[in-house]
Amino acid sequence: MIWNPERETLKRKEYEEIQLERLKWTVKRAYERVPFYKKRFDEIGLKPEHIQTLKDIEKIPYTSKADLRENYPFGLFAEPMDKIVRLHASSGTTGKPVVFGYTKNDMDTWKENISRLAAAAGVTHNDVAQIVFGYGMFTGGFGLHQGLENMGVTVIPSSAGNSERQLMFLEDFGATVIVGTPSYVLHLAELAQEKGLTRGRHKLRVGLFGGEGHTAEMRQQIERQWGIECTENYGLTEVQGPGVSGECLEHCGMHINEDSFLYEIIDRNTLQPINPEEEGELVLTTLTKEGVPVLRYRTKDITSIDFAPCKCGRTTARMSKIKGRTDDMLIIRGVNVFPSQIESALLGTPHIGPHYEIYVSRKGYMDKLEIKVELLDSSLLEKYSELERLTKMIRDKIKSNLLIDATITLVEPKTLERFVTGKAHRVHDLRNQ
Amino acid sequence: MSVAQISVFLENKAGRLADVSRELGKNGIDINALSIADTTHFGILRLIVNQPERAVNVLKEAGFTVNSSPVLAIAIDDEPGALSKALDALNENQIGIDYIYAFVGRTQNRALVILRVEGPLEEAGAVLSKAGIQVLKDTEVYSI
Repeated sequence: MIWNPERETLKRKEYEEIQLERLKWTVKRAYERVPFYKKRFDEIGLKPEHIQTLKDIEKIPYTSKADLRENYPFGLFAEPMDKIVRLHASSGTTGKPVVFGYTKNDMDTWKENISRLAAAAGVTHNDVAQIVFGYGMFTGGFGLHQGLENMGVTVIPSSAGNSERQLMFLEDFGATVIVGTPSYVLHLAELAQEKGLTRGRHKLRVGLFGGEGHTAEMRQQIERQWGIECTENYGLTEVQGPGVSGECLEHCGMHINEDSFLYEIIDRNTLQPINPEEEGELVLTTLTKEGVPVLRYRTKDITSIDFAPCKCGRTTARMSKIKGRTDDMLIIRGVNVFPSQIESALLGTPHIGPHYEIYVSRKGYMDKLEIKVELLDSSLLEKYSELERLTKMIRDKIKSNLLIDATITLVEPKTLERFVTGKAHRVHDLRNQ
Repeated sequence: MSVAQISVFLENKAGRLADVSRELGKNGIDINALSIADTTHFGILRLIVNQPERAVNVLKEAGFTVNSSPVLAIAIDDEPGALSKALDALNENQIGIDYIYAFVGRTQNRALVILRVEGPLEEAGAVLSKAGIQVLKDTEVYSI
């Protein structure tokens, strides 16, 4: 079902008209109300009226995470606090968090955007959705919560953690939709399997994933283990939270809410805008945000845009699954490596679990890549040679996929990190320590 | 004629062997024999205990990767050259040995040895019996 046909089935030209009108409105407000943007514009002699076409956006300097952080807590707000109805903050894994305020209109747009992606994923008002995202300052929990409630879905706000209780709710409340990070939903699937919570005892049919990237292989594994169909959606607190884009059941990229966000793709080295159909870093500009408008935010996420019409009937452009982040790309012995490539190679390998941790260290002048995986199949314990064969097979697979030699370390089950505040932390680069 | 042996996957980190023996001890399970071999990154602990099925459950519950498989237990005289008699018999019948280890204690001046052979256990057991080696029953081993 298309939630809002009037906004999701427009012609390209119509999207562009809406975007231009809203871009001008956003730029003008940012310039007049946010000293940070005024200073940036004035430094290069740029005025809001210089933005006359969508391409003119390229005149505006990029905004980085550091820019946002330096304005902690409320420096980027374009509305006084009495107009703000909600505060969220992005995770403060590095330094201070970045704080965002939402006006009542911002909340309505957010709900609308979430309803669209949930409808695209096959969710209807008849569903019961268990939200296993962490709540709190993180936008994932509340974002999906409001949008689903807006559709008339029954929401179970169980939040992340306390996995045994999660499964009890899932079974006893008859949840049909599970919403969370893929790593946590996979963790719950493993636990469900142990507890014999199989189809028949649970009614799950749909998974909505966000908050972190995952590979197609990981999704298939979750789909198999739960017996459900899963879609992925994308968003970041800096521009709203979840609801920037979401996959439909055709599984051919995430439909962007084009009336809320303007997207550009830039070359990750030159930082110049490129043809958005090519792969590069995603840059986003908010088109409706009143509380905290954000101009040309560098997401560090790597994707590409597809404008071809989708079989689902929506005409909105689709962004591909995030290939990685410019900042979690590892350069190992001169080779670019994304953790997602390692994940692809690992998943589907027999005898081991789906979780992994990557360690990069330096010995002399040589980078060393170590991958830890959990040994699940106890029948291999009868012979050392079986375990050696397994590690060699994984090593060969990594080598043929990434052209890098890795040390494979088998560890005991359930010892690798599943998730930290909702997101798995799988890469440990120890080279500068 | 076979005896249940338990194999436990151990990461090479401090305290894991102690964790295993603590779990077993807590549940009143007695270890009769053990062997551990390790590589740089991991080890496999092999155990003969008095209650193998319970031991597997207890260790699984505690999160270990555990397997149970049949091995042979033999009793040989505790004197020079006794072991070679058994090994020669297997060798003459082209039965290879994957690994071998001895019991912690001994009974009636005889050493007890655990053997994991390539190929069918029954065949190896028969070869050993024929050569005059005492192959122990599982109940005999568990009650040591």
